[in-house]
Amino acid sequence: MEFLSPSTLEEALEAKSAHPDGVPIMGGTDVMVELNFDKRRPETLIDLARIPELAEWGPDGEYTRLGAGVPYTRIIENLQKQAPALARASRTVASPQIRNRGTVGGNLGGASPAGDTHPPLLATDAVIELASVRGRRTVAARDFYLSFRTTALQPDELITAILLPAPKGPQQFLKIGTRNAMVISVAGFSLSLDAENRTVGTGLGSVGPTPMRAEAAEEFLTAEFDWESGSVPSEATVRRFGELVASAARPIDDQRGSADYRKHSMSVMARRALSWSVTEYRKGATRCA
Amino acid sequence: MRVNLNVNGEDMTAENVWPGESLLYVLRERLGLPGSKNACEQGECGSCTVYFDGVTACSCMIAAGQAEGRRIRTVEGLAEESGKGSDKKLDTVQDAFVEAGAVQCGFCTPGLLVQTDDLLERTVGQGKPAPDDAEIREALAGNLCRCTGYEKIIDAVHLAAERRAASGSNA
Repeated sequence: MEFLSPSTLEEALEAKSAHPDGVPIMGGTDVMVELNFDKRRPETLIDLARIPELAEWGPDGEYTRLGAGVPYTRIIENLQKQAPALARASRTVASPQIRNRGTVGGNLGGASPAGDTHPPLLATDAVIELASVRGRRTVAARDFYLSFRTTALQPDELITAILLPAPKGPQQFLKIGTRNAMVISVAGFSLSLDAENRTVGTGLGSVGPTPMRAEAAEEFLTAEFDWESGSVPSEATVRRFGELVASAARPIDDQRGSADYRKHSMSVMARRALSWSVTEYRKGATRCA
Repeated sequence: MRVNLNVNGEDMTAENVWPGESLLYVLRERLGLPGSKNACEQGECGSCTVYFDGVTACSCMIAAGQAEGRRIRTVEGLAEESGKGSDKKLDTVQDAFVEAGAVQCGFCTPGLLVQTDDLLERTVGQGKPAPDDAEIREALAGNLCRCTGYEKIIDAVHLAAERRAASGSNA
């Protein structure tokens, strides 16, 4: 096994281009499990931890640019205002030790449908920046997940950053698991209301081969929600929203939970997220008035 | 490959390292520092917790090559701060664990000590209030004790926090 330690992004992209099968490693919280258990023996490991650009974040036009290698702890400490749902999701990841190392770039690279950061990225319409020696390009999170653990990332590309749109309304993230820490999500849900464009975003995790949106639920709530004053939706509306979110889920039975339970939990989380969001939206509406 | 790193203040070199092995393996098997324990090898248990460039991490999930040039502090390095050589005294956290009876089989203890030290550094060490039960449970959520002696462990953290706050710093 070859271990490459590029110190600039250019070197890293050249390394990835020369070794398309090379496995990038940053926090190591996924990659090392595979190595420790002999599930993977890549010919090349490409350590990205020495590339300053990947560990930085800051404003970038209408977005916050989050380097793909920023650990969850930094996101929780620094980006609660800029990315509330992502910061919440980051708080639910594993344990302090793992949050000190794990990154959103790693979540995207591994592309497990249970990854905690996928639902907020989908709900908030975040954009993923990919780079290779051929240049940089951006892909909307909503177009990134193609099939089980397969994404738009090409073999010669690295995930360099995530562009997080400035929040324009309430954002929520909820997750079901057996305890508060060290939980691989049984089901996760994120909701984002955009008061400016009057649109709704959703993200569903652990309930299908890829992270996914509930587009029918988004359309339904976009049409039903009282964007003007944020009045509390009727019980029927809330219930219907929950049903539509649950019906988008395509879960399987596995050791973490049954498909039925996951669907049910999805409708419960969707209703809760909606009611929390409405409360927050009304506060925002009062402030603006 | 060869890996140069600083462990507990001392520059060390590990030879003949296989690039895919973990920092934990390097510490235990190549540098003779068996304090960090090898249990789950997947970040679930926290027994291998060390400071990696000042931040706690599971050393089983750091590739050896990633440790090149980095500063590591292991459980063996906790006591060093209190004294030198044969006068080496246990750290406040270690003393508190002993006194509170927070050690049963002892396998999880090194990881808990390092993670507790970090919690105290980030709270009383910076003049902030001592952590309450909820903060302690949150900070130690990634450290499993299969003897399930958690209550005594939490007692020990309270005790250590009190003493460290009283001493004014991590003296």
